[in-house]
Amino acid sequence: MSVVPDTTTKIQFNSDKTELQKDGVQFIINPYDELAITKGLEIAEANNGTVTVIHVGPAENDPSIRKALSMGVNEAIRVNSIAYDAQFVAHEIAQHATEYDLILTGRESIDFNGGAVCGLLAAELGIPSVNVVTEIQYADGNCTMTRDIDGGRETVSCPTPCVASAQKDLCEPRIPNMRGIMAARTKPLNVVAASGAAEYSNISSFESPAPKSGVKMIDADNAEELINILKNDLKVI
Amino acid sequence: MSVAVFLELENNEYKKSSIEALVYGSQLAQMMGIELVAMAFQASGNTDELGKYGAQSFIALGDTNHINADSAPTIISAASASVNATVIILSNSYTGKNLSPQIAVSSNASLATNVVSLPASANDFTVKRGVYSGKAFAYVTLNKSTKVLALTPNSFDIKENPQTCNISAYNGESANSKINVVSTDKVTGKVALTEAEVVVSGGRGLKGPENWGMVEEMADLMNGATACSKPVSDMEWRPHSEHVGQTGITIKPNLYIAIGISGAIQHLAGVSSSKIIVVINKDPEAPFFKAADYGIVGDAFEVVPKLISALKA
Repeated sequence: MSVVPDTTTKIQFNSDKTELQKDGVQFIINPYDELAITKGLEIAEANNGTVTVIHVGPAENDPSIRKALSMGVNEAIRVNSIAYDAQFVAHEIAQHATEYDLILTGRESIDFNGGAVCGLLAAELGIPSVNVVTEIQYADGNCTMTRDIDGGRETVSCPTPCVASAQKDLCEPRIPNMRGIMAARTKPLNVVAASGAAEYSNISSFESPAPKSGVKMIDADNAEELINILKNDLKVI
Repeated sequence: MSVAVFLELENNEYKKSSIEALVYGSQLAQMMGIELVAMAFQASGNTDELGKYGAQSFIALGDTNHINADSAPTIISAASASVNATVIILSNSYTGKNLSPQIAVSSNASLATNVVSLPASANDFTVKRGVYSGKAFAYVTLNKSTKVLALTPNSFDIKENPQTCNISAYNGESANSKINVVSTDKVTGKVALTEAEVVVSGGRGLKGPENWGMVEEMADLMNGATACSKPVSDMEWRPHSEHVGQTGITIKPNLYIAIGISGAIQHLAGVSSSKIIVVINKDPEAPFFKAADYGIVGDAFEVVPKLISALKA
């Protein structure tokens, strides 16, 4: 799972544009990862299994890991490093993900939007990748999954072990109850060192989108004028 | 050395987003002074069209059904290696999102998805990519000698660069697929939302799912796709696949028309890269007007029919 700024965050950077301005920013479990965790719990509960959450990040993200544990996750592994990029993260997760039947990720993190960890992890582990799934049925070492494809949806069948990434519609995220929150305090959170180096890419700077030059208002009684502008001036239709 | 571009097909035609990838590849290959190689899962390619956009050779990867198999990334990777490709380019479509990370692993390459610019120089290979769901961009330097790029659709203008394109077939092994497609449910005759050049989107201001007829009619008249805000998909007025915004789809059409959407920060994140934004809302204080190019303050049920009749005129 990833830890990301809350969706209401106004994204701003420090003065040399190399880092996110973190003052006052609330960090949360990536929304798609919450779905992956919830689905993992549902499948594990129905099959007498267990769920482990793996996170690459610094100790300041531990409260989010505890939240995952309070949702019902059995144990957590945190690779103690900055999450440099998707390839670094996937490589680190792969070191600890060789023993599982099913590996679930979010379809993307809402901060870097790479959408790559599912495919990277599958390729590193040499198992199938099924991304952007809206439904998973697990039975006897086989998953039947529905995934989003360009212009529609497709249902596939795939033996485990495999990696799948969660899309909205997969389930409703589970909200921790008081018992879960109490239990989470004593569940194992194992901190391990990173095995590899950040060698794939590096971010040199960030940029905010150019602000709009200002809205031109068109009178509602004269709404047809809009079509004229779009067609003849802007030529976008 | 070469630049390789993987193209996707829809109804036996190269998809527009793939042609954009080809044009990007053509400009990059010129910059690097190397050859441009196109490839696709088909028995034989349309070399006239590929050549028009700069491809100097084409590798036919075989049957189109291979695209769904788990061997597809390995095949693309091997075909790219056979022409010493140092850059492998795809569209950041669902297919491209699935393939590009796996190709990066099998080619031992650096990966960048959501790419919206050419690198300023081929030596220091730095590309601009969308981050924070449309709220910002990052300049990312790719360090490995081989690079895999997945391009955001609608980010590059299509330009011709006529070349003579030769064809060859890929003869490598393809392993049996573990993933089996059980059924496919494609919406036919509709423009895919992520690739649409025009998107008409509705929010809670439309009051109920029964009122979407005019949204669909307007989109159809402009050969566009329909979309919606998060509350609308949460209330199940529209399918989640139409939800644009931070936790939905991020889109980049040439024209985005928002009807009855107030413009919460999470919604703006998903659409702010649109080239032209038109906002129709009866509340003159709706925050969306600040992010719009054109605005109409008025009742959607009066304004939209006027726009439809103007489109038909």
